[in-house]
Parts: sequence; structure tokens; C-alpha cells
Amino acid sequence: MEWANTIVQGVLTGGLYAMFAAGLSLIFGVMRLVNIAHGDFIVLAAYLALVVIETLGVDPLVSLLVVVPLMGGIGYALQRGLLNRTLGDDLLPPLLVTFGLSVIIQNGLLELFTADSRRLQAGAIEVASWQLASNLSIGVLPLLQFAIAVAVIGGLQALFYRTALGRAFRATSDDPAIARLMGLDNAHVFALAMALSLGVVAIAGVLLAVRANFDPAIGPARLIFGFEAVIIGGLGNLWGTLAGGIVLGVAQAIGAKLDPGWQLLAGHLAFLGVLAVRPEGLFPRIRG
Amino acid sequence: MSQPAVQVRFADRRSAISLAAFAALLVALAAAPVWAGRDDLRLLGEIYAYVALASLWNLLAGYAGLVSVGQQAYVGLGGYMLFGLTILAGISPLWAIPAAGLIGALAAVPVAALVFRLRGHYFAIGTWVVAEVFRLLASQASALGGGSGTSLPATIVIAIAPTRAMREFVVYWIALALAVAILGLILWLLRSRYGLALTAIRDNELAASSNGVDVGRVKLVVYVFTACGTAMVGALIFLQKLRISPDAAFNVNDWTAFVIFITVIGGIGRLEGPIVGTIVFFALRQTLADRGALYLMMLGAVAIAVMLKAPKGIWGLVAARLDWQIFPLQRRVVRLPGSASIRNKGEAT
Repeated sequence: MEWANTIVQGVLTGGLYAMFAAGLSLIFGVMRLVNIAHGDFIVLAAYLALVVIETLGVDPLVSLLVVVPLMGGIGYALQRGLLNRTLGDDLLPPLLVTFGLSVIIQNGLLELFTADSRRLQAGAIEVASWQLASNLSIGVLPLLQFAIAVAVIGGLQALFYRTALGRAFRATSDDPAIARLMGLDNAHVFALAMALSLGVVAIAGVLLAVRANFDPAIGPARLIFGFEAVIIGGLGNLWGTLAGGIVLGVAQAIGAKLDPGWQLLAGHLAFLGVLAVRPEGLFPRIRG
Repeated sequence: MSQPAVQVRFADRRSAISLAAFAALLVALAAAPVWAGRDDLRLLGEIYAYVALASLWNLLAGYAGLVSVGQQAYVGLGGYMLFGLTILAGISPLWAIPAAGLIGALAAVPVAALVFRLRGHYFAIGTWVVAEVFRLLASQASALGGGSGTSLPATIVIAIAPTRAMREFVVYWIALALAVAILGLILWLLRSRYGLALTAIRDNELAASSNGVDVGRVKLVVYVFTACGTAMVGALIFLQKLRISPDAAFNVNDWTAFVIFITVIGGIGRLEGPIVGTIVFFALRQTLADRGALYLMMLGAVAIAVMLKAPKGIWGLVAARLDWQIFPLQRRVVRLPGSASIRNKGEAT
């Protein structure tokens, strides 16, 4: 029963990782851009939420109403003003520019908020839980987070395959030149994709910050978790990304159970194991 | 059989002059213990380490197209091998540096087998995961202090040289020798058949491959060579510091972000670029280091600006204006004296 508990916690954490991954996977899918600063944007969203909560005195979940559009706006502006100029055959420019952004965001947060670790207070919901059996209880907050993650991924899936915007995303992803011929403004489509990505990042950042302490330096590790979830799940498959996040969360939970020092290592080893055995991921997108 | 009328040469008069100037500079630098103070020696030693790291990363990313953000894996591995081999196996620190390089090369083979499965950007982050695995394993190494790290014991430090001044000189000379050796090896590699293949891959991977270059093999050779060099530099860096911890040894900012910024600012895909970049980096650091986080933000902004406005870096601008190279690398076709005229291609070869 103790193990069941561990696995349930791992699955619930996996939802959060899947959200880190969804934003990463989205922009890679649409414009072949890997955002090295992705994790730092997660942390930036957490600090924005902190400021909103302190100035308006609202609940963390309510702060999303401000933080999500704000991050979306930042994403749009960043893509239009800076990142669109880095896209092309050469993979170094986007990588270097987002690496530079990562250093800028981390040190900017350090200047403004110091290296102290912070946390968003959500009140009574933080400790509420349901007792399912003698040794198995599920926290209300982790469950809520998981439900939000599933909803976000379901929403992205629907947006991709059911809406005009999704069609534009898929078209530019397949062939940007033809998409432009068909009347799409690629710069605008890419900027919308980045806005959406950072909107998801904002939700993930706030949920992370409610559940765990954060400081300006934790971004890169979140990028790595998101990346691992993408590769484990298989490129180009959003539900696979959720599965990848869950595999990673469970592996980390099992590792932590064996020895606290093994938590992160177990997650990385699960990733390397998948890479060795099934480099296309567990659930690669079916072509055609 | 007619004599070939043309020949491919690397050096011309200007590169001979600049190479002679470079050699004179090296002599002056080797004599630095005579004319420089302790702090200057330490700074120069650090500069050599960054020149070597950036030159290796330049070879990897600028020529072989392997954009790794996980080279801290090998810096840290080299550092930990220095400490492990000297403390646990009793090997002298000076021998531990080449041994660390060998171990770095051996470790790179299975790592390459895994990360080479990832393409482009995903390769980059995959190398970072490997570095994280190395860091976490190092923090499990309780014999070397676990997560909080350890210092090099006094007995081992004294084994380098009996007096502190002499020790500092020895470490300084090793740093200079290692940087020069790495630059020399890269120059040699680039002038060999591999260099031709690498330049072809840099310019167009598909075209290189269709002209018979075994792209996968060339990339593997470069990856393993770079790992070997980077691990040796890592061992050297922690011989300079005399203290190691997992967070310092596998630091992505110190050993990868700065190295990438240096290479891009100086000029990627050119041997001179990392040297110019290192000089700029240290000049900025010496004037702005007390600004801490603001300095790092500025460095990031400068690197972004250079990437967008002058993607070939400072040396790229210089070389484009003056057609000048310090290191004789560019292949030039020259007419041999005495030949009547350049014959057509079929006869010339």
C-alpha cells in the first residue's frame, strides 16, 4: 500500500511535468524552436504570480487570470520582436538566443527577488486530502493540478485538430513556405504559438509554485523534466507527452522512495533507458 | 608525366608573419612567472583554460555541427578524476591530467551512442541531461565528499612542487602547455583529411555526405576528441582551484553558457574566434565583475546581439574585411614557380 501511495504521488506530479512538456513540444512542433529559457519562463510566471498575489491580495488560482494573459503577451512580443529572426536552417541562433534569455531571466530575478526561496500560499486547500484507504490518501491540490494538466492537454489537442488556428499551426509546421502562399502570416502564427506556449507555462509555473518552494535558479531543471517527458512520450503526440510526464514522475517517486538522493537520478535513468531502447519514444505519432 | 603546375598550400606570407608574432607572444607568456604577479598568473591560467574550452566547443559546434550544452559533463568528470585518482589511487596530479583525458574519451563513446540518437536541438538538451546524471552520480560519491565536495589534501598539493611559488608556476605552465597543445591538435586535425571533411560538414552536411564523407564517423571522432580535451582542461581547472564540489564541477553557466558566449562573440567556426572571444569576455569581467548579476545579464544580451547582428562574430568581421588569418588553415591554390601556365584540371592533378 505504501508503494501504491508512492506511485499515485508520482502520477500526480507527472501531470505537472506534462504541462512543462506541452509548452515545449508545442513550439518545437510548430516552428522547430527549442526554448532553452523554457524553465526560466516557468519560474518567471511563478514570480509574476507572487507579485500579483501580494499586490491584489488574491488566491494563487485567481492570479492565473492576470498571469496567463501577461505571459501570453510576453510570448507574442518575444517571438515577433526577437525569436522569429533566429529561425532558419541553422540551429545555433535560436539555441544561443534562448540560452542568453535564460541567463538574463535568471539573473534579473536574482537582482529583483534575491536567491531566497519562495512559495505561493493557497490556504486550506494545500493540506486537504482524501483518505482512500489506510495508507493511501490523495491530496486535493495535487489532484486538482493533475485535472488541470489533463484539461490543458485536452484543450491543446482540441485546438490543434478542431480549430482554424490549429489548422494554421499544423500547416506552418508541415511547410512554412506553402502556408505563406496560402495566405498565412507565419510571423503572426509563430508568435501565437509562443503566446500559447507561455500561457501553458504560466499555469504550470503557478501550480508548481503552490506546491513547492522556488527560487531564481530552479528553471533549468524544469526545462530538463519537460524535455524528458517529451522524448519519453514520443515527439509530436500530446497525450504521449502526458504519459511521458507520468513515467518520469513515477520513476522519480520510486527513486526517492528507495533513497532520497536517487529521486532525480531515477528520472534521468528512465529517460536514458527509453532513449536506449525506444529512441522514438513510447507513443510516437502515427504518420499519415 | 608532367609536373603539377599548382599546389595546395596553407600558409602565405601574412600568416607566416602572424604565426611568428603568435610564437613570440607564447615565449613571453611562458616567461610570465618572471614578469607577472601572483594574481596576474592566476588570471592568465584561467584565461588559458577558457581558450581551451572554447576552442574545443568551437570544434564541436562550429565545425562538426554538434551543438552541445552539456560539455560541463566532461569538465566535471575531468575534475573528479583528478581528485579521485590522486586521493583514492595515489596517482601524481600531473599524471592524473592525461589519465582524466583518457577516461573522458572512454566515457564519451557510450554517451555518444545514446545522445547521437537525438537530432539538432534535442541533441543539445540530451547532452545536458547526461551532464546532470554525471553531477548526481558525483554527489553520491561519498569518498569525495558527496554533495558538499572536498579539497585536495595538502600532501598531494605538496607533491606537485615543494614551495607555493613553484607550485603556482608549475600549474601555470601546465595550463599554458595544455591550451597550446589543444590549439595545435585542433589545427592539425583541421589540416588533415578530417579537417576537409569537417569543413565540408560545417558548410553543408548533405553535400558532404553525398561526396563520400562518413558524417556519423567524423562526428563521433570529433565528439570523443573534444571530450578527451575537455576532461583534461577540467582536471586542470580543479588543480587550479584545489577544491571541488558537484555544483561547481558540473556548472552549466560556468562551463557551457560562458564558453558558448565566448565562441559566438569571438567568431564561431574559426580557430581565432575563441581566443578573441576569451579576451573580450575577461576584459568585460575585469571591468564589470563587481556588478554581479547585472554583468551576467549584459553578457547574455551582448551574445544575443552578436548572434543577430554579426553571426560570424568579431573575428568574422575582421577576417571578412582583411582576408587575414593567424593560423594557416585556409587552403590556397598557388602556382608553382617555373611552370609555364596553369594547365587544365585534368593535367594539373
